[in-house]
Amino acid sequence: MRTESGKVFCGLKGISGALVFLQGSTRISYGEMVEVVGDDHRSRTGRVLIASAETVAIEVYEGTEGLSPTGTRVRCLNRGLEVPVAAEMLGRTFDSFARPLDRGPAPLAREWRDVNGAAINPAVRAYPQDFLQTGISAIDGMNTLVRGQKLPIFSGSGLPHNQLAAQIVQQAEVPGEREGFAVIFAIMGANRDVAEMFRRSVEESGALPRVAMFVNFADDPAVERLVTPRTALTLAEYLAFDRGMHVLVVMTDMTQYCEALREVASAKGEVPSRKGYPGYLYSDLASLYERAGRIEDKPGSITQVPILTMPNDDITHPIPDLTGYITEGQIVLERDLDRAGIYPPINVLPSLSRLMSDGIGEGRTRSDHAHLSNQLYSAYAYTRRIRMLASIIGEEELAGRDRMYLDFGRNFEKEFIGQSFTTNRSIEHTLDLGWTMLRQIPVADLTRVSEAEIAEHLK
Amino acid sequence: MNDSTRAGAQTASNLVGRTAWISGPVVRANLSNQVFMGEQVEVGAERLIGEVIGVSDQQALLQVYEETDGVRPDDPVYGTGLPMFVTLGPGLIGSVFDGIQRPLNVLQQRGAYVEKGAKAPPLNPSQRWGFTPRKAAGTTVQAGDVLGVIQETPVMEHRVLVPPDRQGKLVTVAPEGEYTISDVIAVIRHDNAETPITMAQHWPVKRQRPYLEHLPPVVPLITGQRILDLFFPLAKGGTAAIPGGFGTGKTVTQHQLSKWADADVIVYVGCGERGNEMAEVLMDFPRLTDPRTGRPLMEKTVLIGNTSNMPVAAREASIYTGITIAEYYRDMGYHVALMADSTSRWAEALREVSGRLEEMPVEEGFPAYLAARLAQFYERAGRVKTLAGPEASVTIIGAVSPAGGDFSEPVTQHTKRFTRCFWALDKELAAARYFPAINYLESYSGYLDDVAEWWHSHHDPHWKDLREKAMQLLQEDSRLQRIVRLIGEDALPDDQRLVIEGSRLLQEACLQQNANDTTDTFCSPEKQLGLLKAVLHFVDRAKEVVKKGAPIHRIRETAVREELVRAKEKIPNDKLELLGELNAKIDREMDALFGEYQKLK
Repeated sequence: MRTESGKVFCGLKGISGALVFLQGSTRISYGEMVEVVGDDHRSRTGRVLIASAETVAIEVYEGTEGLSPTGTRVRCLNRGLEVPVAAEMLGRTFDSFARPLDRGPAPLAREWRDVNGAAINPAVRAYPQDFLQTGISAIDGMNTLVRGQKLPIFSGSGLPHNQLAAQIVQQAEVPGEREGFAVIFAIMGANRDVAEMFRRSVEESGALPRVAMFVNFADDPAVERLVTPRTALTLAEYLAFDRGMHVLVVMTDMTQYCEALREVASAKGEVPSRKGYPGYLYSDLASLYERAGRIEDKPGSITQVPILTMPNDDITHPIPDLTGYITEGQIVLERDLDRAGIYPPINVLPSLSRLMSDGIGEGRTRSDHAHLSNQLYSAYAYTRRIRMLASIIGEEELAGRDRMYLDFGRNFEKEFIGQSFTTNRSIEHTLDLGWTMLRQIPVADLTRVSEAEIAEHLK
Repeated sequence: MNDSTRAGAQTASNLVGRTAWISGPVVRANLSNQVFMGEQVEVGAERLIGEVIGVSDQQALLQVYEETDGVRPDDPVYGTGLPMFVTLGPGLIGSVFDGIQRPLNVLQQRGAYVEKGAKAPPLNPSQRWGFTPRKAAGTTVQAGDVLGVIQETPVMEHRVLVPPDRQGKLVTVAPEGEYTISDVIAVIRHDNAETPITMAQHWPVKRQRPYLEHLPPVVPLITGQRILDLFFPLAKGGTAAIPGGFGTGKTVTQHQLSKWADADVIVYVGCGERGNEMAEVLMDFPRLTDPRTGRPLMEKTVLIGNTSNMPVAAREASIYTGITIAEYYRDMGYHVALMADSTSRWAEALREVSGRLEEMPVEEGFPAYLAARLAQFYERAGRVKTLAGPEASVTIIGAVSPAGGDFSEPVTQHTKRFTRCFWALDKELAAARYFPAINYLESYSGYLDDVAEWWHSHHDPHWKDLREKAMQLLQEDSRLQRIVRLIGEDALPDDQRLVIEGSRLLQEACLQQNANDTTDTFCSPEKQLGLLKAVLHFVDRAKEVVKKGAPIHRIRETAVREELVRAKEKIPNDKLELLGELNAKIDREMDALFGEYQKLK
């Protein structure tokens, strides 16, 4: 770390939760970082929440245990929270403040940047349109990911979201363009097994030299968890917009992040909004998710795949709800599909990729892509309705046409959505497979695809 | 008013106090000089833009529209002596502003990020505009009179008006020529005081601009979207809400309306939404052509983009900035449509600031004045007679993003009270990729009777009857669907199955509309009526055939049914004679079926 000097204050007015209060001063500014040292001589990092001539409030990232009002010294750093950024950080593992966790040396960075970044001017954003192939049919065919998009995975406890994320990291590529990716993981509130699983899976794929990991463990203080994704995104922005790299950022688990935000807000005594989460949860999440994108005339991009576990599998819970309003779609995992042994258990109906329509078609994927996926959607939506009916009146009572749909649905889930952890399907393969699925329903029902497409692909 | 432009090159110099307490966007200041409620102030060395939201004799409460990181106690606070205002004048069209009218397309030259404290005048001060006078010196003018005109874009004639608070005798008028926005183009004398008039003026954002008289909303805003124009029409000067959970197509609907609605000017406010959506608008609008003028849409559009990661207080301001600009163009005699995407994010900004002020929250943490603020916003819509006489309007279309997709939450409920059109988006329809995903049972329009006369005199005297007939079919279908869910469609008698089949056809051939299809994305009123009539004709003829004993699958398998479904994409707006052929084909096929089953009897 850097050695720094700044004004030192001795003694506190009070301590409450993760907050310490200091006699007011005109030399402390809002949002600046401070170093807090107790009787134990341990150094902690803090940030000014309220700057005032009377009482200054500071949140302490490593927790306030061991601090006492008389024996504590607070040193102002005259800057915001900054972390080092360098291309050499790829291949390494760090904590939330970019301090090495892998016994390696601290990164030799020429540049330090504020973790909060600044808002990208919407007028310089380039609209994301480059198809990113993940090799997973349910995503490529039905909810296409494009470079610069933020597409979260909505999951539940016990569902294979980590596996799916690892598979996306291993397989993601722009077809016909075999250049390297940088991948950045922000792992929040994870137990050590999960962190290890991610590390192993990238190691096995040989991608480790292109991967940087920022890990905050489940037993680390909650306030620190609020910094992890910001540190990761600060490095991502440097690599993408200063070094011209295509960066994929995987953030997991956003639910843990939001829980930490709630914990800290409640300690500050703020007025809670829905389910006890602070009223600014939306703005706070947006300050992370909106750091994805592309910038005109710059070669790099940041694509985000945040992962969150929906508490009680409830998609209307504030965390998935507000996330869905910010991100450009969502990939929803479903417990029933998982129980039926289908991997990846993606329910395509509530899933969506908002940037899909402009990232597919002639010259990007294939001209029939849009119509085909539309047709598969409407057929599968109908299948789900028929299934409900069948569970009431029995499958035998259904009309022949409806039974055809049930068969279509089963095959669609097993063969189109289902694939193995190591299967990497090209977009052509995925689309052809989609047409194979459509053979199982009456041609008269295929109103979303054109006659010419039927003639070309269904013969 | 003096000429210190907001966020502009000149800054206020009047020191009114010093900061005492800073927490995010909320700052308390100890006063040395007087300020008034709503006064625009500048805070700290970086001169961050703020507004006075509370005053006592010693202290002021300020809301700052930029990030306050780095502000310390005892930093200076400067007063402007003016309420929060926008700069109005030529050059607004085609610009992209943030919530406090900083020109984003100018700031982009300084880097990809919006740095705090960044300042630039909203309108280009050095650009010269060709001015043609319309009034001669010596004439007496009233507020709202056209002094002269400027060709702002190839399709926009910008009318320079006598400001609302001015009248009198014209002492001088500039001759035809090129002028900047700060050049004096006229001088008005009133009560022996002379007022110079420039092409730019300021107006406080929270005050409605005056007009002569409110007119009833009897002219529909044609949107080219069948389900809206035919079933839930919006009137010029009306208000509409588009509520829907995420992924239901609120933004696509807003974009479609901005692209195709028959308004002279579009003000699009991206309020707390995605950066990539603004990027899409910025990419699409210069490329897309207005079907009415054949020119790029950007030539009649003002964009305001305060994305979700930009400062939250400026998000609150963006709505007011937008509506004031809309009223300014209305006063020139134009029909303006304002899209606000999304008013929920605006309400959340109110909540966030209210929380910082430690105000007593009511429902779900929202402040008690939420309803009043929403009402004030929507009440600025209207079809009016402007000060100078001509008819003009501001139409407001607000997207609402209800938490959890649940329409019972406060923002949706209050919005329902103040808007007369309610276009409810439906998650299930969206999941089946049925677009626009507007639920026809939950949606309503309060303008049906108001605009019926217009449809009857301009297009078809049976517009209302046709609509009612189609709605009945849809309602009957939804009643039957409840039974179908229990016993299956096949168990119903044939006449009821025909209702279901007819409703399905109506939805596929008429209500569904593909925003990505070059033909279907905009549907002229004539084509809308043509398609609706063809569907109803098909259903009527099918009824006769089914009565003769033909099974439903024969109806479904007719070749003309499929043609009818594809007609929306195959028949362009200028080849409506093809619809006649389609009707003839319906008759031929139905006649054949009728004959076949007549014989069997």
